[in-house]
Amino acid sequence: MRQENCRIVSNRQIADNIFELVLDGDLSAEMTQAGQFVHVKVADGFDPLLRRPISIASINDGSFTIIYRRQGKGTSLLADKSTGITVDVLGPLGNGFPVDEAKPGQTAVLVGGGVGVPPMYELAKQLARKGVNVVSIIGFQSFSAVFYEKELAELGEVYVATVDGSYGRKGFVTDILDGLAVQADIVFACGPTPMLRAIENGNYAPKTYLSLEERMGCGIGACFACVCHTQDDPKGFSYKKVCSDGPVFQAGEVVI
Amino acid sequence: MSLLSIQLPGLNLKNPVMPASGCFGFGREFSQLYDLSRLGAIMVKATTPEPRFGNPTPRVAETSGGMLNAIGLQNPGLEKVFNEELPWLEQFDVPIIANIAGSTEDDYVKVAEQLSKAPNVHALELNISCPNVKTGGIAFGTDPEMAKALTRKVKEVSEVPVYVKLSPNVTDIVNIARAVEDGGADGLTMINTLLGMRIDLMTGQPILANKTGGLSGPSVKPVAIRMIYEVSQRVSIPIIGMGGIQSAEDVIEFFLAGASAAAVGTQNFVDPYICPKIIDELPEIIAKLGADHISELTGRSWKKNERLAYYRP
Ligand SMILES: Cc1cc2nc3c(=O)[nH]c(=O)nc-3n(C[C@H](O)[C@H](O)[C@H](O)COP(=O)(O)OP(=O)(O)OC[C@H]3O[C@@H](n4cnc5c(N)ncnc54)[C@H](O)[C@@H]3O)c2cc1C
Ligand SMILES: Cc1cc2nc3c(=O)[nH]c(=O)nc-3n(C[C@H](O)[C@H](O)[C@H](O)COP(=O)(O)O)c2cc1C
Ligand code: FES
Repeated sequence: MRQENCRIVSNRQIADNIFELVLDGDLSAEMTQAGQFVHVKVADGFDPLLRRPISIASINDGSFTIIYRRQGKGTSLLADKSTGITVDVLGPLGNGFPVDEAKPGQTAVLVGGGVGVPPMYELAKQLARKGVNVVSIIGFQSFSAVFYEKELAELGEVYVATVDGSYGRKGFVTDILDGLAVQADIVFACGPTPMLRAIENGNYAPKTYLSLEERMGCGIGACFACVCHTQDDPKGFSYKKVCSDGPVFQAGEVVI
Repeated sequence: MSLLSIQLPGLNLKNPVMPASGCFGFGREFSQLYDLSRLGAIMVKATTPEPRFGNPTPRVAETSGGMLNAIGLQNPGLEKVFNEELPWLEQFDVPIIANIAGSTEDDYVKVAEQLSKAPNVHALELNISCPNVKTGGIAFGTDPEMAKALTRKVKEVSEVPVYVKLSPNVTDIVNIARAVEDGGADGLTMINTLLGMRIDLMTGQPILANKTGGLSGPSVKPVAIRMIYEVSQRVSIPIIGMGGIQSAEDVIEFFLAGASAAAVGTQNFVDPYICPKIIDELPEIIAKLGADHISELTGRSWKKNERLAYYRP
């Protein structure tokens, strides 16, 4: 974990309100796990004040890629930044997906919903590299929001769902999961909380790992903003911090 | 370094900069970034007799130049803090200020009695001003008589000096400050967060699960400066100032208002290296002001001695 002013190599729109930002930095050498995130300071002044958590979508040689949705003030400011300038990044933060849990020859099903798709790309790369059979299921609101289908297709089979039916299968990622012909040995998922809950309840594989989102203050485990209960003690004092114990948890570990 | 060293009741500080309670946990995370021995002191997370889970999430929301938090004093409880967190901090050469909280007077007394025995705890900070808990907290901090009585009780059992953390959520802060001084407080820390709220346009509902939260960050700085200016002229105990500090210049402004040391809260989230950065930058600013020691600056905005050198950033 370190802070670095990383230079923007490119910042381009890849779908409706979705941007792909490539940053140069020594920080990339410390990035190892898919599913880790960075905490980005989008403006020099104090509005917005806090950093923005964004998943690492791809770890490259000397650079790394993040993909974000232009949503509010912070991500809009990020979208306006041009090549060559630097961005203040703290990272890599958190614990990512346990790639070792998938064995060569096994089938891993990766489920991404909306801006939950980005960490799936680095994960798919790492799994494919070790000989795991990768199946990706990605879901979006509509065709205009679809991204990284082609990139994921280079690493395995890809299924797309859109809520409005404008592309791929109409419905949710879980509709595709329900009808999947192959049996998953392991499921990895990142996306909106209702999606994660459905995947946890669906019991699609012997092992399931989910990446959670929570509003963050510090992003490093110091402020107790992102705390959730554990499932074995749902009303008691046991807890996990999404930023430093997660964001990836095994299904059944925390209350979502 | 002596330019920055400060003596306060119980505290022999190598510099007057410390992270504020709740914004630094028990130091473990920040110790991965820099040597905690560089800090003047560490104000650790509030401790209650039993572990607390705190409020439901979302617990933070942003505002222009600030943030709202409703953590709800989540902490591992007295035993764990005493047996695990404080001993872990002993590896650093830095005095600890233990922030103590509770729902009843007995809670405060119990935590104060034990934590003041920890070898690296050099002072207590009575948190009678947390806006995010239903019982205790702010109830003690807004009633001068209750604040005074609680201070007195804690003073009786504490083995180290007691600082009382004042709430800005009152109409007359001087009144509370004087009551607490009467109760035997050795110092004051101010300010805690200001009660605030934000509503999400999409849902029409408050963003925080707790609905309201405490406002901190640069937007509260003028309130803190005003309150320290008023209080420091009316009490004779020292004040550790906080509220929106982002830079070494801000620290100086708190000193000029009447503070004798300064704590950095929210800015630790924005720039995790902010405390050592401020410590490094202070000597140059003090020199530019023509002062020989940082303590000369305390209360200069209201003390009638000669003017400081004209400051150019
Ligand atoms: C671990 C983690 C990884 C993430 N990865 C990605 C990613 O790869 N791509 C992407 O587009 N988004 C990602 N998000 C969500 C992203 O952080 C928010 O969309 C972003 O912070 C919104 O900022 P804003 O200023 O544009 O929006 P605003 O709504 O104006 O933000 C206001 C405040 O709310 C917080 N906030 C708003 N939405 C979220 C959210 N969903 N999660 C956490 N905090 C939020 C902001 O950080 C900010 O403090 C991730 C979130 C987490 C916790
Ligand atoms: C996330 C968060 C948690 C806090 N927790 C505590 C706490 O446990 N005890 C306490 O006395 N003050 C707590 N505070 C208040 C701070 O110590 C400080 O008084 C306040 O934030 C003002 O300073 P700042 O503007 O620099 O943050 C907390 C503040 C924040 C932002
Ligand atoms: S965001 Fe501060 S503890 Fe997770």
